[in-house]
Amino acid sequence: MWRYARVLFICARNSLVRDMSFRTNFVLETISSLSWVFMNLGFYVLIFRYAPEIGKGTGWGQYQFFLFIATGLLINSTVQAVFMINAEEFTEAVRTGALDLVLVHPIDTQFLVSVRRFDWSALGNLLLGIALGIYALGKLGHVPNLVQIILYLLYVACGIAIYYSLMIALAAATVWMGRNLTVLDFWFYITIFARYPMEIYTGPVGGILRWMFTFIIPVLIVVNVPARLLVWPLLPQSGANLLLPLFALLATAACLGGSRWLFQRALESYRSASS
Amino acid sequence: MMSHCLPLGVPWRLATWWTLLRISIEERLVYRADFALGTLMRFLPIVTQIFLWGAVYSAVADGDGTAEVVGYSYHNMVAYYLLTMVSRAFSSMPGLASGIARDIRDGSIKKYLVQPIDMLGFLLLYRIAHKLVYYAVAAGPFALVFFLCRGFFDGWPDGATLAAYAASLILAFLLGFFLEATMGMIGFWFLEVSSLLFVYMLFSFFFSGHMFPIDMLPGIWGDVVRAMPLHYLAYFPAAVFLGKVQGAALVWGLAIQAAWVLVFCILSRVVFALGTRYYSGYGG
Repeated sequence: MWRYARVLFICARNSLVRDMSFRTNFVLETISSLSWVFMNLGFYVLIFRYAPEIGKGTGWGQYQFFLFIATGLLINSTVQAVFMINAEEFTEAVRTGALDLVLVHPIDTQFLVSVRRFDWSALGNLLLGIALGIYALGKLGHVPNLVQIILYLLYVACGIAIYYSLMIALAAATVWMGRNLTVLDFWFYITIFARYPMEIYTGPVGGILRWMFTFIIPVLIVVNVPARLLVWPLLPQSGANLLLPLFALLATAACLGGSRWLFQRALESYRSASS
Repeated sequence: MMSHCLPLGVPWRLATWWTLLRISIEERLVYRADFALGTLMRFLPIVTQIFLWGAVYSAVADGDGTAEVVGYSYHNMVAYYLLTMVSRAFSSMPGLASGIARDIRDGSIKKYLVQPIDMLGFLLLYRIAHKLVYYAVAAGPFALVFFLCRGFFDGWPDGATLAAYAASLILAFLLGFFLEATMGMIGFWFLEVSSLLFVYMLFSFFFSGHMFPIDMLPGIWGDVVRAMPLHYLAYFPAAVFLGKVQGAALVWGLAIQAAWVLVFCILSRVVFALGTRYYSGYGG
């Protein structure tokens, strides 16, 4: 375990050294991703000029929704910083045969391909997420207690694990498909459904989507569960709402286990592309 | 030698353009299945927008289904997003600016300087070929999505509006092309323009009306965005189709859109002429 922690630290340090070698590029990338978030926030501010909440009676007013956005930023920026770039490199390594070099390392292959590079510039959004969350809590006048904070961090970690599982499973499919850029696009398009509170998916079609993205591909619980832990204590609860955090733990374990199984099967099917 | 001079006439030029167009079409058709799948997937964000706006409208006023936001009913709003997908299918130029900047950086641009081919003309034909193939392959996914979402439209607009809509789409294509080509040619002076292009992409996404109808922008913000050319890339054609711009405002809008096309057409030519004068290519 200690050895893995040390490898993780070395990978993170090397990536930081590399990023700092191109400081201007690092700053520009950070500003670019922050600008994208600010533009999105501007859009939501505009929406709240015309509507008091997202969904009548849902309780997702402006600052509750900002807490939701902040939670999404924490999860997305971590996934982007740690795993996204590695998933992309993995698909390319399979195609070119560069994966051979990783396979001969005396360490778990999935671990190494998952953390080889860090995209430190994505952490700008993480800081913005923290700042936005504190701002929204301040506006709501709500100070979470220690249990709430611990549970929140636990479910943020669950969200990261679910996103990671989905991403590594899609990347592993590269072994069978040769090249898999469209599948990584697919990850982006699927996670779009997790950008908003699950209450917006109403009606027959919305009900199917909500069920599918909660129980089949559980992306809807990634942000919703931790965000609700901060927002929901202020609102009345239903039985289903109380069961959702329990299901989130189960879904996280299933996603991690399933993606691990798929990754191992993919490695068994891997045939080097190099000569 | 005379035979080499003769083809420089109009027929030779047309034959060259036709050949370029044909080659580009064949090149693009190689990835038709990827195209169709990619097109269908691009509609997925619209699904979340439909539900997001459904939730927003349910909370506006008494939520009885007749609520409006800046003159858009819920159905109008969803129709608007679908129509901006069509607008962007015409005006977006993926890889154009970055491709020009890359050609300048790695020296590939030399081929346009030593061969009797006009770079902007070639790229325009290449882009037309790309779009023709895209529309041919994407027609299926577009037809499917619009059929499924037909309930969000109040029916077809009249012939004059449809003609104006078609004109605004063609102008949006030309504006998108010349605007991005001009952006890419900034690479003559600054070799690395990827960050600049990202900023342009951000502004374009926000202020073209792709993200929301620019009527939502309050006060001076709306006036500033309306004074910029970006909203002719997505907002204007969609607003024309929905009948949000009519009569004299429609004619005036089309005239300004055409003027912006002319401005960027001339500007791209000027920037290319100045850039090639500034450009230095080394090596073989």
